[in-house]
Amino acid sequence: MNIKELALNLEKNRKLEAGHRSCSGCGFPQIVRAVLASTDKPIVASCATGCLEVTTSIYPFTSWNIPFIHSAFENSAATIAGVESAYNGLKRKGKIKDEIKFVAFGGDGGTYDIGLQSLSGALERGHDFLYVCYDNNAYMNTGIQRSSATPYGASTTTAPAGKKHFGKAQFRKDLVKICAAHNIPYVAQASLSNLMDLTNKAQKAFSITGPKVLLVLQPCTLGWGYPMDKTIELAKMAVETKFWPLYEIENGKYKLNYKPAKDVPIIEFIKMQARFKHLLKPENQQIVDKIQQNINFEWEKLLKLCE
Amino acid sequence: MTNYKAITGGEAVAEAMRQINPDVAAVYPITPQTIIMQKFADFHADGLVETELVPVESEHSAMSCCVGAAAAGARVMTATCSAGLALMWEMLGVASGLRLPIVMSVANRAISAPLNIHCDHSDTMGSRDHGWIMLFSENGQEAYENMFIAVRLAERKDIMLPVMVNLDGFITSHGVENIDVYNDQVMKKFVGENKPNKPLLDIKHPVSYGPLELPDYLFETKYQQIPSMEAAKKAYLEIGKELSQITKKEYGFFETYKMDDAKAVIVVINSTAGTVKRVIDQLREKGKKVGLLKIVMFRPFPYQEIREALQNAESVAVLDRAASFGANAPLYGEIKNAIYDLKKRPLLYSCLYGLGGRNIFESDIEHLFNQLLNKGLEEVNYIGLRK
Amino acid sequence: MSEWFFSKQRSSKDIPIGGLMEEAGSSRHFKTGDWRSFRPIVNDAKCISCMFCVIYCPENCIRVKEDAKRGNFDLDFCKGCGICGKVCPVKCIEMKEEAQFLK
Repeated sequence: MNIKELALNLEKNRKLEAGHRSCSGCGFPQIVRAVLASTDKPIVASCATGCLEVTTSIYPFTSWNIPFIHSAFENSAATIAGVESAYNGLKRKGKIKDEIKFVAFGGDGGTYDIGLQSLSGALERGHDFLYVCYDNNAYMNTGIQRSSATPYGASTTTAPAGKKHFGKAQFRKDLVKICAAHNIPYVAQASLSNLMDLTNKAQKAFSITGPKVLLVLQPCTLGWGYPMDKTIELAKMAVETKFWPLYEIENGKYKLNYKPAKDVPIIEFIKMQARFKHLLKPENQQIVDKIQQNINFEWEKLLKLCE
Repeated sequence: MTNYKAITGGEAVAEAMRQINPDVAAVYPITPQTIIMQKFADFHADGLVETELVPVESEHSAMSCCVGAAAAGARVMTATCSAGLALMWEMLGVASGLRLPIVMSVANRAISAPLNIHCDHSDTMGSRDHGWIMLFSENGQEAYENMFIAVRLAERKDIMLPVMVNLDGFITSHGVENIDVYNDQVMKKFVGENKPNKPLLDIKHPVSYGPLELPDYLFETKYQQIPSMEAAKKAYLEIGKELSQITKKEYGFFETYKMDDAKAVIVVINSTAGTVKRVIDQLREKGKKVGLLKIVMFRPFPYQEIREALQNAESVAVLDRAASFGANAPLYGEIKNAIYDLKKRPLLYSCLYGLGGRNIFESDIEHLFNQLLNKGLEEVNYIGLRK
Repeated sequence: MSEWFFSKQRSSKDIPIGGLMEEAGSSRHFKTGDWRSFRPIVNDAKCISCMFCVIYCPENCIRVKEDAKRGNFDLDFCKGCGICGKVCPVKCIEMKEEAQFLK
């Protein structure tokens, strides 16, 4: 699919309607629409409690133009597993004939932390569904709290930067590798800034039977602290600085999708956001260095895996 | 035509599930419920059911899976108890709040801590306010029959609430009885087809389940559950009458045993009722006027009917197999509520017994009846406790 | 039709059970355009219909005509975030203060 096709698709099939209550300059509606546009088969979606769910389904307004269910915070994967099982059960009894695709959405909070168990269970059982995690690096809906997806050194409301502590003291959990360890047919990392790469990945995922996972970076204007019009720019900077590499793992085989032409130091990404502004102080240079070292280390590791 | 099978109560519940043939069933082990889903899995492995079995990774996911499947339009069942029921506590409210007709059997077992795998009612009593219809079973045969009633109750359009079928863990779930297993075709016809209301899989009419409701709507949505719960009483009697034509038995909110002229009455739930009936027979031979009221439907609670049933008793002991720390024991509290409006109230006593599977003997029941007849009880009593 | 969604008079009998939302996409009745502090103003002559603004708009409120040419901006929903202006490769979108356009 090329960009014009995507644009026409978004115009014609408004699977996620406007009128939702996400912040001005939010990043996840575009991700959700790109994923939903990547198949022309009917879709049933589930969503974990979080920004996406809350802004798109405040009673009596729903932005979902497709069948949608929200049940709780930690079980988007388990809920869609139930829907998919019902589909299999009813199809076997001859009560349903259509081909239907199943997508579960969850934020990083509802996926890396509280939702990890139900995701793992659904992946292990081999349900035919796509799990999309919109990763904004914190529990944003409840007010920017630290999750295991928050980057090292970032200030959040539950691990804030203060006189004694510098914010999150742990590096991020590697969700892509955790999902790949379930031996699922497809898992990929994508970014809001590279929407056509995301749609390619989503299209590929929809063409595969079995559990698939897409982890998509979504900058958050309130949570990360930047002017609301820079959302796409920030996602792009994350990719260029190798903070967020674009790659996929298909049947265990790694493939790098984008290699930045230039080496851009992580400070270029850090200085754009208020959640890192304490790192610009001279006494915190060693934290920036540590972050850069970790990025270099992970990048080299990834390159080796992609050979 | 009778077809007796010597099977445990848990297997009887599994037989009912086999005959119901749900579209989806979530499976997760916890003693002593495991026997139910294991037997059902055996049926599945032999191709006797077309159910999509989902071996989930926790009870919370079991109920999440049931919620997704029921919203999708499937007939869905599962089983749990004790810590499992406690773990899925969040999802119990989701299931009833979203008005999904899920049927779950609960092989009542004590809630931790300390860890105990034996029978008491603390698991189900802890969930009594969550909007599920709650039915109790004295023995395997009742548990088996309750499953069919549960499916019909849950799916009625004026109800649309999930149903819990309770049976005593180990005592009933693992005790072998002669179960009269009715004809497959007859029971299949009795439960009928599931006709879901606005299912997710009806892709031509997309709907959204599980909204965020702000203070401008939540009260009304939650209120809707109240008349539906009330409607479950009349519906239960109607469905019971229909089942009577197959089983030749009567189905009421509770069973009364030799209550007509009873002066001393015991009110109890589940298997202990069987012990009480035996003691009543023995004491009646000695001329003592004793009787039993065995609760079947606990939610919705039949306050008015119980008030009428107890109005002529002189003293009533309510046996609870669960405590409500800091308050009246669950069943005792409900019975006290029920008899409040009587102009002449019987003396009412609370008895806590059987926690963690502690046995209750015929001699205990006989002693209790004697104390009741002599009016020699405290307000709160403990049976079989080494105080 | 919209009034049904905004009425505060509906009782427990007037709404479906369990909070079910039966009209898919009903958020289209909720016009978020009044959130705006800035309004996008397009220089159509410079626009190359690259579609970047369309796909990156969080509200999906930039219309696309059948011939894949960029259509108008639906101000009923535009929240004025300015992402369109930033992603436009030819910089033909300018964010102007909404106050100028209010009567």
